[in-house]
Amino acid sequence: MELTGAEIAIRCLKEEGVEHIFGYPGGAVLDIYDAIFRQEKVRHILVRHEQAAAHAADGYARATGKVGVCLVTSGPGVTNAVTGIATAYMDSIPMVILSGQVSVAAIGQDAFQEVDTVGITRPCVKHNILVKDVRDLAPAIKKAFHIASTGRPGPVLVDIPKDVSQKKTEFNYPAKVQLRSYHPASKGEPEMLRQVIQVIMNARRPMIYAGGGVVLSNASDELTRFARLLNFPVTNTLMGLGAYPATDSQFVGMPGMHGTFEANMAMQNCDVLIGIGARFDDRVIGNPAHFFEATRKIIHIDIDPTSISKRVPVDLPVVGNVKDVLKQLLGLLEASREKPEAVALGEWWKQIELWRSRDCLRFDRHSEVIKPQLVVDTLYHVTAGKAIVTSDVGQHQMWAAQFYKFDRPRRWINSGGLGTMGVGLPYAMGVQTAFPDETVACVTGEASIQMCIQELSTCKQYHLPIKIVNLNNRYMGMVRQWQEFFYGNRYAESYIDALPDFVRLAESYGHVGMRIDKPSDVEGALKEAFKLKDRLVFMDFITDQTENVYPMVPSGKGMSEMILV
Amino acid sequence: MNMRHIFSLLMENESGALSRVAGLFSARGYNIESLSVAPTEDPTLSRMTIVTAGSADVIEQILKQLDKLIEVVKVVNLTEGGHIERELMLVKVSTAEGNTEDIARLVSIFRGHVIDVSDETYTIELTGDVAKLDAFLDALDHNLIVETVRTGASGIGRGNRILNP
Ligand SMILES: Cc1ncc(C[n+]2csc(CCOP(=O)(O)OP(=O)(O)O)c2C)c(N)n1
Ligand SMILES: [Mg+2]
Repeated sequence: MELTGAEIAIRCLKEEGVEHIFGYPGGAVLDIYDAIFRQEKVRHILVRHEQAAAHAADGYARATGKVGVCLVTSGPGVTNAVTGIATAYMDSIPMVILSGQVSVAAIGQDAFQEVDTVGITRPCVKHNILVKDVRDLAPAIKKAFHIASTGRPGPVLVDIPKDVSQKKTEFNYPAKVQLRSYHPASKGEPEMLRQVIQVIMNARRPMIYAGGGVVLSNASDELTRFARLLNFPVTNTLMGLGAYPATDSQFVGMPGMHGTFEANMAMQNCDVLIGIGARFDDRVIGNPAHFFEATRKIIHIDIDPTSISKRVPVDLPVVGNVKDVLKQLLGLLEASREKPEAVALGEWWKQIELWRSRDCLRFDRHSEVIKPQLVVDTLYHVTAGKAIVTSDVGQHQMWAAQFYKFDRPRRWINSGGLGTMGVGLPYAMGVQTAFPDETVACVTGEASIQMCIQELSTCKQYHLPIKIVNLNNRYMGMVRQWQEFFYGNRYAESYIDALPDFVRLAESYGHVGMRIDKPSDVEGALKEAFKLKDRLVFMDFITDQTENVYPMVPSGKGMSEMILV
Repeated sequence: MNMRHIFSLLMENESGALSRVAGLFSARGYNIESLSVAPTEDPTLSRMTIVTAGSADVIEQILKQLDKLIEVVKVVNLTEGGHIERELMLVKVSTAEGNTEDIARLVSIFRGHVIDVSDETYTIELTGDVAKLDAFLDALDHNLIVETVRTGASGIGRGNRILNP
């Protein structure tokens, strides 16, 4: 039977097992919306701004591991979504974006709501495809899902002109895609892995540095077995939190600009650094020249060859899927009769415990004003560590990363690479849509939350009982902190004036609002809020205005050159 | 140290593939000395030659980044082995001063051809490697040059160094 392009697009989503898509209608996608209307399998979540559609699909993907899908119209629909696409791209999130386009004959004519979508998105997608013939549509969508979800994942955009969505053709969903130009790596090269084992066995001060790649390849179990077998210390990057259980004694916290003292000192002073699905980001290693003042052997396991030896030269590069490579290494370790240098390792652990005893995350627990750290710490206890936590970008994000201990992957959802303010609420929508029965908390700031605040309306429509934890310091705190440290206390435009009454704002959208301004009320308020299982609760915590995030590696400094409390 | 390198690529002959390559170079701040591209005997494939310069690290990154582009089927760094490189140049020179004999002699020394003649100009065709074309331009009186067009280098491996899909 012949189907229209619009019907084909939706049938393809069904074939891919897509249950939810996030989107916003417009002229160029009206036929696709009509096709959505006439079926029941694929559920559409109507957001209030296309940026949120992309973020929600991205959050959905981060929490489930499946490909997130969003649908936007041509022109402003796409340009609104670009921030969300770029955010997903920077963190290698599998996502498919379907965008409407003006009819093929109108392309290039400056038609109403025409933009060069393929051109605008090219630098922030893994791939994109303009479909000019309805017969190419199903193969293009198949290809998009394949490319988005394999290798180093990423967003793929399929641009569908209006007439393509209207024309008819026979529907055949290809069972497989064969791309002669695309062969993502899986297993690591055996000879290199034997060398890796040798170096590991001779390490005296080893360190495992695991990033988002471990989460993306679902390799947490393998990582945990690997680290436990060796008794090596583990640090998880901001993107890798939860890949190794945070409450385990081998976990030394997050590394980098706001990493723990012990993680940064261990990264700087180790003699063998095992990077796994991490990319030696500038926010992690700080000044590369300083990083290289110390000599160490670097092993780097990553699926993307371009990530290897990009920022730091690597001694032992292993190109492969982290999960497959860790399995191979586990096999070799289990077969080997050798053990790592026990005495040296014991000394190393003593040194790490000494660094740990510096208690770099301590804060004033008896303060008269609410300390933001106290809120996150209490949130952790009230939710028994079981919530899925999304965050925005700023100080609150760092406190959430430092104080909520993630024992499992895909429970910490944040924008690491692009650092996009505004993601927190749409991420929570994506997560809650995927997991209606899970506890979802969004830790945000009064500046970030206002970047996608309109989504409170979406949450009402779809009964998403998200718990918003607003750490309201009346400042763009992270900006203010830099201005305090590096710009002589000149707080240029970092004060958030004329804030709304968040309680009444939440209420006006039909939600529950709470304002908490005393430390003694923090726990009670959180407990009360989380008891309201079927309601969205906006908790506005009036926190210490001038609290800073510590430790801090100032930009341009080395990892061990931290500002400490 | 920045060294000159020649990359040879096979890629899908699809609209947009070229801008993906060009976009990669500009987005990552790599320089392009020249770029030439055309379809091959297999119409689904294009062959591209890119001349660039960079440190060893940058050159390695360029190779890996090119390889990562979905439409790039194969890429090699020709400079790493035996290879041949040729460029075509068209030069229009002024003959208004009656210097046709000097020009004809120079063209023949460089094994070029005069391929068009007008009252006041000769148009010369010359192929060779980049250095030869540069040398020819240097040998010409610069005041005589009216126009030059160069294709950028095309490269191919020697002998059984073959780039197959
Ligand atoms: C879209 C966007 N614009 C600007 C920035 C730069 N920026 C980083 S943190 C921050 C302030 C965030 O303020 P708030 O949400 O109140 O969080 P706080 O730091 O106070 O916890 C700004 C402006 C950004 N990350 N994203
Ligand atoms: Mg703030």
